[in-house]
Amino acid sequence: MSDTLPMTIIAGYLGAGKTTLINQILRNANGQRLAVLVNEFGALPIDADLIEAQDDDLIALAGGCVCCSYGDDLMLALTKMREMDPKPDHVILEASGVALPGKIAASVSLFGNDIQVLGIVVLADAECLPDHLADTYLADTVIRQLEAADLVVLTKTDLATEPQMQNSRDAIDRYAPKATRIDNGTDALHQVLSADASAHDLILGNDAPHHIAMTTRTVAPTEPVNANELAQSLADNDAVVRAKGHLMAAPDNTMVTLQLVGKRYALTPADASATPGIVIIEKNAHTASHRT
Amino acid sequence: MIKILSARKILTMNPQKPHATHVAIRDGLILGAGSLEELEGWGKYELDTQFADKVLMPGLVEGHCHLQEGALWSHTYVGFFDRMSPEGDMQAGCKNLDAVLSKLAAAEAKLNDPDAPLPGWSLDPIYFDNQRVDRAQLDTISTTRPIGIMHASGHIMNVNSKALELAGLMRPGINHEGVPLGNDGLPTGELKGPDVMSPVSIHVGFDRDMLSCDEQGMWRFGKLCVRAGVTTATDLAARLPDEAVTMMRQVTGNGGYPARIVPLRFHHGVSPEDLIKHVEALAPQSTDMLRLGRIKIVVDGSIQGFSARLRAPGYYNGAPNGLWYIAPEQLAYILENALAKGIQVHCHTNGDEATQLVIDTMRKAMRKTPSTDHRFTLQHCQLADTAQFRQIKELGLCVNLFANHHHYWGDQHYELTVGPERAERMNAAGTAARLGVPFGIHSDAPITPLGPLFTGWCAMNRKTASGRTLGDAEKITLDQALNAITLGAAYTLHMDGEVGSIEAGKRADFAVLEDDPEEMGTERLKDTRVWGTVLGGKPFAAAHV
Repeated sequence: MSDTLPMTIIAGYLGAGKTTLINQILRNANGQRLAVLVNEFGALPIDADLIEAQDDDLIALAGGCVCCSYGDDLMLALTKMREMDPKPDHVILEASGVALPGKIAASVSLFGNDIQVLGIVVLADAECLPDHLADTYLADTVIRQLEAADLVVLTKTDLATEPQMQNSRDAIDRYAPKATRIDNGTDALHQVLSADASAHDLILGNDAPHHIAMTTRTVAPTEPVNANELAQSLADNDAVVRAKGHLMAAPDNTMVTLQLVGKRYALTPADASATPGIVIIEKNAHTASHRT
Repeated sequence: MIKILSARKILTMNPQKPHATHVAIRDGLILGAGSLEELEGWGKYELDTQFADKVLMPGLVEGHCHLQEGALWSHTYVGFFDRMSPEGDMQAGCKNLDAVLSKLAAAEAKLNDPDAPLPGWSLDPIYFDNQRVDRAQLDTISTTRPIGIMHASGHIMNVNSKALELAGLMRPGINHEGVPLGNDGLPTGELKGPDVMSPVSIHVGFDRDMLSCDEQGMWRFGKLCVRAGVTTATDLAARLPDEAVTMMRQVTGNGGYPARIVPLRFHHGVSPEDLIKHVEALAPQSTDMLRLGRIKIVVDGSIQGFSARLRAPGYYNGAPNGLWYIAPEQLAYILENALAKGIQVHCHTNGDEATQLVIDTMRKAMRKTPSTDHRFTLQHCQLADTAQFRQIKELGLCVNLFANHHHYWGDQHYELTVGPERAERMNAAGTAARLGVPFGIHSDAPITPLGPLFTGWCAMNRKTASGRTLGDAEKITLDQALNAITLGAAYTLHMDGEVGSIEAGKRADFAVLEDDPEEMGTERLKDTRVWGTVLGGKPFAAAHV
């Protein structure tokens, strides 16, 4: 697999359910090391137990996922993301409610083979879409969002009346005739994570992240350990895909952070107050063999 | 200790007493303006005659500029127009492309580090018959160090091959409207729009946060204020993280800083809820020199970048409508909550659809939270028509019009972006004055140079760079222009009770002029020579800053 960083853009007007979907994605990362880019953290209620570390524009999550806010400079955030080590498996970009995903994809194309947009997912609130299309301030923005979609997810279908549903479906057929449409969020998660949605070139090929069953366990050594030895043993274990956490390293009893992806790992000094404990994500025995 | 300054003439901008010869000061405040005889009753005083041959005005107020102007002077200025540096050397404008290149080459020769980037700013090829700069030309200066020149508009950048290479753009197959390609299939080095500029600008020496300012830049900005007669200036789009606020408090609290700074927290990168909370936390950190606790919302983009939101009939050249930079619901949340909490909001609206959205949103917000004297201000408000100004008046909004833009880019608007009729009504200061809408006029420095007297000249004459008079009906008078750059701008900041005129009880902030603006008149106001300023009674000579 090349060094290309695959990206999925999630767009749609305010209230369409982008944040809900992002949260689902983070809870179901299944061992993928996702980098989620959001405009700002304000609206993203990440469960506190998932958060490992946080600063102004980056939240590190259990399982090796990160969440970054890009404010008004998405391109700079992507420049940094490109240099992240270890590299994320997949970038999920939550566009702001009024952003045009087609324009974002065009800008991302400037990164050439470094980052490639696999698909644009546009969420549309079934209850509100007809109103938005009748709003002179919003109609052209919502239409331009739909026109760029590879996959349109009609959300909040349980709240919409039948006429609203019909209007929304008609609008999607009209403005996004080539896009795949699905009528609720359950499949969206699967499709976003697998990038099946894409009408863009699929560069992942056979190496695309599969839906491999994963289990997560935590080890928390009570004594100082040889950090390098432990890390190497995890790296040598084919079942382990990710590991991240803190360790008390022997012989000098300093706290270190372990970051492991596949066969590669990094040990860096950690804050002395960190709680020792490594979250290990590994493939279940019956699927592990397919991966190696 | 009371000090009485004598002057050749004092233009107080106080209509009850428009002219005086003396002003008495105590503890940084004005005791009164009048004749020496009228002021002597305040008690024992020292007569200061250093300005006896000068003209005093209230310290000028720039209601829309950015501290970034100070930071940019670390880079090579290659603009078309002569521009005074903070240190006071008048840098000659680059009148053709060769002049641009030789100025950059001279700057390059002074760099010791072979990898150091070479950033330049304020290029404007429209004055070179739109002759474009390409990377081959910049490569003649250096092929080993990255070079980048920001255009005056802030929307385009030209870079050399090395800069493209560092950003990974020196390759064929790029397909982006903001990256023109040459005959060889490689980018020409021209980069259009913030998305395209951002990945390259960090390699050519521009700051990550284009609008930010460091300590040195802030001091330089202060020097520019002294040279322009400005004593109160906004920093209109600041992120204001804690470390920036600490730096700003230190610099402005130093005792030697010559201007009151009014930074507005802008809405990007933070949720509306957190924005309100942040500004509430900032407000109590204000000092008399640093005024925190206001919000700036950017509603749309720019007209010349075709990213402003226009109503019908849209762009003259048929470009699709621009972009919203904030969702209407978020705008509504901020306006409603700011009204309820007494937080002032300024909204950047370039296009008339953006202006109408703020008007409509404001009307709803005012029904929920009836408010008087909020002075929410539309910044730029370049394309508003008369019907919109009537609504602006009814809602108690203020406007701050971009008079300088009309001068520098009016021809482009006439010919390309909005066409003759709307170009003539742009920045309608005359309409604002007729309808009684409180208004200021601005430079948006560093987009155009800081200099309210020049800005006043622009609003009075409406002459474009090519010499075309664009919109006779929207010209304003000398009195209106002088008011706009003093009390008018102060009013939009809720500071008109404190600065903007020379009268009892207000701050002793003055512009000290060699010439009398009333004698200079409509035609020559821009040529008024500035000696410096007085801030809180303390003189700052432009010759010595």
